[in-house]
Amino acid sequence: MVDAAHPAPLQAPLRDAAPPVVKTAFSWAWLGVTPFFLFALLFLILPTLYLVVGAFMDTEGNFTLDNIVNLFQPTILRAYWISIQISAASAILGALFGFFIAFAVTIGGLPPWIRSTVMTFSGVASNFAGIPLAFAFLATLGRTGLVTALLIYLFDFNIYGSGFNLLSFWGLTLTYLYFQIPLMVLILAPALDGLKKEWREASEILGASSWQYWRYVALPVLWPAICGTTLLLFANAFGAVATAYALTGSSLNIVTILLFAQIRGDVLHDQHLGYALALGMILITGITNGTYIWLRARSERWLR
Amino acid sequence: MAFLDITGVRKAYGPNTVVHHVDLAIERGEFVSFLGPSGCGKTTTLRMVAGFETPSAGRVVIDGKDVTPLRPNQRNIGMVFQAYALFPNMTVAENVGFGLKVAGKPPAEIAPRVEEMLRLIKLPQLGGRYPYQLSGGQQQRVALARALAIKPKILLLDEPLSALDAKIRVSLREEIRAVQRQLGITTIYVTHDQEEALSMSDRIVVMNEGRIEQIGTPFEIYNFPRTRFVASFVGTLNLLEATVAPGGGRLEIDGQPVIARDGINGAAPGTSLTVALRPEAITITDAGGDRNRLAGTVEEVSFLGSVIRIRVRFRDNAVSLDTFNDPAIAPPERGKPVTVSFAHGDVHVLGAA
Amino acid sequence: MKRSTVGPWIAFGLGALYFLIPLIATFEFSLRMRRGTYSFDAYAVVFADPRFQASFSYSVLLALITIVLGVMLVVPTAYFIRLRLPKLAPLVEFITLLPLVIPAIVIVFGYLRLYNSSSWLPFTSNARATDLLLAFGYVTLALPYMYRAVDTGMRAIDVRTLTEAAESLGASWATILFRVIFPNVKVAILSGAFITFAVVMGEFTFASLLDRPAFGPYLQLIGANRAYEPAALAIIAFLVTWACMGLLQLVLAGARVARQR
Repeated sequence: MVDAAHPAPLQAPLRDAAPPVVKTAFSWAWLGVTPFFLFALLFLILPTLYLVVGAFMDTEGNFTLDNIVNLFQPTILRAYWISIQISAASAILGALFGFFIAFAVTIGGLPPWIRSTVMTFSGVASNFAGIPLAFAFLATLGRTGLVTALLIYLFDFNIYGSGFNLLSFWGLTLTYLYFQIPLMVLILAPALDGLKKEWREASEILGASSWQYWRYVALPVLWPAICGTTLLLFANAFGAVATAYALTGSSLNIVTILLFAQIRGDVLHDQHLGYALALGMILITGITNGTYIWLRARSERWLR
Repeated sequence: MAFLDITGVRKAYGPNTVVHHVDLAIERGEFVSFLGPSGCGKTTTLRMVAGFETPSAGRVVIDGKDVTPLRPNQRNIGMVFQAYALFPNMTVAENVGFGLKVAGKPPAEIAPRVEEMLRLIKLPQLGGRYPYQLSGGQQQRVALARALAIKPKILLLDEPLSALDAKIRVSLREEIRAVQRQLGITTIYVTHDQEEALSMSDRIVVMNEGRIEQIGTPFEIYNFPRTRFVASFVGTLNLLEATVAPGGGRLEIDGQPVIARDGINGAAPGTSLTVALRPEAITITDAGGDRNRLAGTVEEVSFLGSVIRIRVRFRDNAVSLDTFNDPAIAPPERGKPVTVSFAHGDVHVLGAA
Repeated sequence: MKRSTVGPWIAFGLGALYFLIPLIATFEFSLRMRRGTYSFDAYAVVFADPRFQASFSYSVLLALITIVLGVMLVVPTAYFIRLRLPKLAPLVEFITLLPLVIPAIVIVFGYLRLYNSSSWLPFTSNARATDLLLAFGYVTLALPYMYRAVDTGMRAIDVRTLTEAAESLGASWATILFRVIFPNVKVAILSGAFITFAVVMGEFTFASLLDRPAFGPYLQLIGANRAYEPAALAIIAFLVTWACMGLLQLVLAGARVARQR
């Protein structure tokens, strides 16, 4: 950034001119940000690093890859796999439904009050996770839940008789959608607003149908944002503990529940295997979030 | 029958009528500008030709075919928007070829046409770039190429230069006009910039408050404005309050006599009239001969580069006039008395004040 | 030219069904405690439960502490980064995003190992110290929301100009920060605070694994042992979240009105 208050003399090479920095202000600034870096180090970086390093150590503190190798046992692999499946299902479905709702309230032509209502509600619902959410779905679709009872009463149809169980893969996915869809709406609505009206008109006047507009212009433009947000939803579901714990106790073997039990009582009978479990989670959410950030940067480049 | 016929077109949103009754015939190959302030209905009229708005009444006929009920994608019209509206996810070449692609043309047919268009706008080497890598002027030229690639019957331009800086604006408007002449395409150009409209158009349609004020060549619009609005909107016009002198037939401005060639139609003595004077019609160096002369004082001197604009006050009225900047002659000083003069024929009587 | 709004209405309608039915069902369920008739008995039982009162006020207090700590940490950082150290901005932004990347359960796992009673910094050796650790943990969780809110607020007011103006009037940096910058990013701080509050009130993993008597673990306990009270608690928790977001909207709307004047 060029400091406008200090125009460089014409004959001096502009780029090499040292910026006029007041020395004391500089040290104040460093002092001002020190607490932040200290805090991040103590309560974010070091705790995580401790686990990452611990994952590569045996009980004597020697380097080993045994913990990583031990992750590849059926129970743990299954836990990861179920977690990945539930996170993927809730992320993809959440992105899909969230897209349609975000579309409806932004460029779908619904009255403005619906948009503000939906956006506020989304702010609430995306934060309404954890244990109360589990309670709400138990009261709705549990064995004595209102919807379960109504379906039996009205149509003599017992969803539990037909194989549905709230404490299962699809039950948990359905519950997760309650915070996944609103999160998608919150993030995608601004992206949909970024679609310029002129793009639609330009494609229309060039002879394109509505479908061709979406196929060649709108969806390609939105694609990074859609994919990126889906990845964020995935990471969001992957790290969730409370809802699953309150809903299923430990009957559903997902990786967060397994880690939770491990921290509580060393169910794996191997502290360092617990670290490796955590490392695996960091890797999975790290990769998804990294891809999210990369896609986000791409979509922002377009929408400038 | 003209090439484009706009007949009795009206547009209302609920109780708000934004376009009142527009009748306009445009010939094949003509370059017509819609000129007016924002909210005058020029863009709405253009959008009705494009098909983005449906007229509340009236018809739009292109080349003998009534297109009023057709959607924009069935009209075969090219359009350039103010904000470029290039598709950000496509390269320049893909943008230009988009209309042909959605029409189902094979790539072998699209590629040479795209190349031809890029040569037309003098950007043949930029086909692989993305819009965000181009300057505003380049983007707008690509938008023009994209609009022309489908060989449209009519080209519509909606304030295409207003987002660009002054220098590019001038060079691009010459380029647009050159391309338009080369292809001989019928063109409607919407602008609020009178200089643009005057320099580019075959004919100008001046609009105000949803109505056409005057249609004419740039020469007619500028020199013979038919309404007070046209006179004041086109050019920097001096409006003066005059009264009909005792005895009639002559005018008085701040007590000094003035003769107007286009008569005052026997208005009664003492009637107040508004007269218009173009800045360039007035001189402070007396050319001699049979001219109107008014004495006043120099109120303001603005140096505009090649031109110096001087404001001279008489009593209640003041006029602005332009003189060429001559380095050999110092500009007049403020507060000095001067006499300005102008030909009888340059006084336009606009009617009762 | 009008496009049909049938599709959008259907999307909105289905969404409304999915989001409202669980709320209605939960509310209905919470009224079922007394046999044969609807009553607010479950709410009465919940409110009368001393553990509810204790855990709820514990979480409220913790949320407030978290907000204060978070503001003290984030505002000076965002300010100096914007004003003097823009080169560090990407690093700080990356750090503030980390809590979204590293699952909460992993972070707290690290705390338990790093700060156990035999470590160099034995946070978990006594209850007060663990409370503090929990508050720090919540500051970490709230960091992405807090930093983003405050940073956006600072961008909007152009900190550099404000600071230079204050400096030219002879103000010290402390005066600038507390008398000039804080008031001007009040709205941003408040919006970060409300989200933080909502996050802390519903949090379970940290509190449970650090074994603190917060609202989240209490909810879990009730959920495992009672039938109707959980539904009542879910409604209460929903209302708390709704109140936070409602206040947030109000503050933002108020700021918009103030700016237009």
